[in-house]
Order: sequence, then structure tokens, then C-alpha cells
Amino acid sequence: MDAARVARAVSPPLAAFVVLVASWEALARGLHVPEYLLPPPSAIVHAAGTELPSLLSAAFVTARASLYGFGLSAVLGTLAAIVLASSRPMERALYPYTVFLQTVPIIAIAPLLVLWFGAGMRAVTVSAFIVSVFPVIANGLSGIRSADPALRDLFHLYGASRLATLTKLELPSALPSLVTGLRVAAGLAVIGAIVGEFVAGFSESGAGLGILILSSYRQLRTDLLFAAVFFASSLGLLLFGMVNLLGYLLLRRWHPSFAAVSRAE
Amino acid sequence: MATAAIEKARGVGVRIAGLHRAFQEVGAVIDGVDLDIAPGEFVALLGPSGCGKSTLLRLVAGLDRPDAGAITLTSPAHDGGVAFVFQDAHLLPWRNVVDNAALPLELEGVGATERRSRARAVLADLGLGEAGALLPRELSGGMRMRVSLARALVTGPALLLLDEPFAALDELNRQRLDDQLRTLWSRLGLTVLFVTHSVDEATYLADRAIVLSSRPARVVLDRSLDLPAARDVGLRSEPNFARECHTLRDALERGGA
Repeated sequence: MDAARVARAVSPPLAAFVVLVASWEALARGLHVPEYLLPPPSAIVHAAGTELPSLLSAAFVTARASLYGFGLSAVLGTLAAIVLASSRPMERALYPYTVFLQTVPIIAIAPLLVLWFGAGMRAVTVSAFIVSVFPVIANGLSGIRSADPALRDLFHLYGASRLATLTKLELPSALPSLVTGLRVAAGLAVIGAIVGEFVAGFSESGAGLGILILSSYRQLRTDLLFAAVFFASSLGLLLFGMVNLLGYLLLRRWHPSFAAVSRAE
Repeated sequence: MATAAIEKARGVGVRIAGLHRAFQEVGAVIDGVDLDIAPGEFVALLGPSGCGKSTLLRLVAGLDRPDAGAITLTSPAHDGGVAFVFQDAHLLPWRNVVDNAALPLELEGVGATERRSRARAVLADLGLGEAGALLPRELSGGMRMRVSLARALVTGPALLLLDEPFAALDELNRQRLDDQLRTLWSRLGLTVLFVTHSVDEATYLADRAIVLSSRPARVVLDRSLDLPAARDVGLRSEPNFARECHTLRDALERGGA
């Protein structure tokens, strides 16, 4: 890739970051803000360094639950979209309940998840799943519905089976918007996992970032809290990046949003 | 050489009797159309835009059902089926040219090796022998339309339905595709129903022209064109060509009023 272009793209946000961190450091020190209220960045970096092993193991626990939840969303969300797209009456009957998944306050039903799945990884995974599945369903559904009507006619004309129409026309057509849904779901899965940990994360299988955030808060270790938050958002970013890469690999050859070559005229 | 590429199919006859079709939003689109098309005929359906030509074609293809009346295909011994070419190419953007052209065979369950070799042969016939591995977005508009035509011909259809297929192309490409279509038709002996709003194109291509009125569509004129079977660019300068064009344009105006 063109080094100059990368530099041009990266330098503005980098400059903003440096300015922000520097003024934060200066203000926190200059105004003598107590460290439990707003630790200066240097203190956060220091805490992250000394507590690195527990941060990493917490991040690993949360990453696992997020990945499982995200994986469930990807698989079950796509299946749900296929079922909903199979008929209009089916969509009318079931779609409102998928919207319910979107609107349910996860923090309110988290205790239920503990009752049903027991405290620990499983309840946290289900929480990550519930929070992240809706965008997969909604985007998958609209993607399947967006398949070219003329091509539907063509498939019909040649007596294509329901399965052939699904695998050779509808799912490939749905792929671009499905990838969009998965991108949103990736960030949401991490949020769902952390919220799930707040309520259900206590178990012998190890504490995740949510637990680390809660315990640093109780000990007024605000520096560690900031470090944990930073790890959590990095996790979301990582998952998002993985989905982006997957989308790029799947779509770069034919879809305009990823295509590099313009068509010959 | 490549003549044997496309399976030799004898055309199918089409009998349309008392056809009616109405849609809720616009009312009657086709109001009592009777037509009898002989096997192997090249028929142009001409009419003002929005008159119901496309609806008629979709009904013949079995993609839509009439409210009244019947369409019967008088099937020949070898049933090659019906093929449809749309206004735009409508290719699968994630598939290369060969696999796009082979799609109908794939849906009918023909094995990969056989369907690809048959698709390659038809593509070669249409001058796309070198383009097999390209994706649709790497093709020009004329090439895409040719792939679409190859896809329609790959099964060796007995009836080919075309819905203003070359309307979006530039003059040169359109002329070239018209010639290719006419050549393929005379070689394969299939029945062709060609919808167009261009009087010139209808006269140039067809042996018989049917002019429809504006909505609801009725037959205004049904005429066998008095032109030689072999067509080339020279045809346009012949007095008979101008006379036929004039007759069709006249009928078109009567139907529009």
C-alpha cells in the first residue's frame, strides 16, 4: 500500500489523540484532580503495566464469551432471517418478536439468565447473543429480500428448487448487507458480554473485564478501571476488524463497496 | 464449425386465446388478445411503452397468470423449453461469464463439466470465447447482454422471449446483436417473440410484426413483413423497408390515439 496515503489517513486522528492525551495529563496534574476521580493518562498506563496479567486474562475471558455470543448471533441470526424471508405470513407473525430482542433491557433480564444458565460463561454468552443478534436478523432479512426480482423469475423459469434459490441467489445477494449486520453485531457482542458479566460473571472459570471494572470501582482503582475500559473497547474493535476483513475477502471480487477495479467500458 | 454448439431445437407454436389481465393499481392491461404464432416464426411485438407488451411476454413465459383466456404451447417432439431475456443483462455479479451462462443447466441438474463445456460453446458462438473467466463488472454493456443471450440459448430452447433486450445499448452494439440474433434464429429454427418499441428494429428483425394499442393492449395490426429472409445493413436503404416501417408506424399511431 501507498505509504504516503496511509500517513495522510492516520496522522489527523493521531494528532488529535496526542493533543487530547497531553491536555488531559496537564489538566489532571495542574488542577490536582484526585486520582480516584480522574487519573492522568500516565497513571492509567502505569496501572495497565503492573496489572497486565490480570487485564489480559480478564480480556481473554470476555473475548471468549463475546466470540461465542457473536458466533451464535451470526449462525442463528442468519437462520432466523432465512425463516422470516421464507414467507410473508411468517415474517408478519414472527418479526415483532425479533424486535423485542432488540428492545429488551439486557440488564433487567440478566438475573433471569443466571437462573436459567447458571452464573458464569454460559449466561454471559447468552447475554452477548441477545444483544447482538437483531442487526444480523434485520440486515439478513432485507438482504435476502433485495435479491434481483428478474433473477428470481429466471430461477423460477428453470424450475429451481427452494434450496437452490436460497444458496445460489438469495444468500449471495444478501451477503453485503449481512456483513454490515455482522459489523454492528461485533461491537454489540462485547457490550453484551460486559453487561452480562456485571450480573452473571461471577464464577470459578475466571473473571472477565466486566468483573474487573466492578472490582476496580469498588476499590476506587480508577486508573485500573480506565485500563479495563480501554481493553474492552479494543476487544470490540478487534472483533469489528475481523468481520471487516472477512467481508473484504468474501466480497472484494464482485461487490462495488469493496471492489478496487472499475468496470471496462 | 461452432454450429453444432447449440442444440438443434425445433420451434414451438404459441396459441393465445381471449387473454385478459388486470392489475389492481392500473386496471386492465391486456384486454382480449388472440394470437396464433407458428413454430419457428420470428415475431416482433410492437407497442407504445407501458402498453402491456412485457405483461404479455411474462404471461407466455408462465411467470404470471392470466385472469381469463389461455396460452397453449403447441409442443414439438423435442421440448426445449422456454427462455427469457430481460431488458438488462441481470447476471449474477459473483459469477464469471461461463458460470453465468451455464446457470440454467445447473438449475436443471446438469453436471459441472458438461454444463461448462456447453456454455463455453454457446459463448464462443456469440464471440465471447475469450471472456469466460471474467466477472460481469469487468464487461461492457454489450458483452453483458451477449452473456445474457448465451444464458438463454444454452438449454437449446424451443421458444425465446426477449423483452426489449437491446434497448439500453448504443447503436453499433445493438445492430451487431440484432444481426447475431437473426443469424442464430435462422440456424436454430426456434420460435422468437421479440418485444420492442422501435419500429426500425422490429422491421429489421422480424418476419411478422404485431402492433399493440396503448393500455389496455389490443392487437391493432398483425402483418407478415414483405422483406427478404436474409437481412443485412443494406436492407435499410430498400424501398420496401421504408414502406413496412411506415405501415407499422401508422398502426402504432392509430393504437396510441
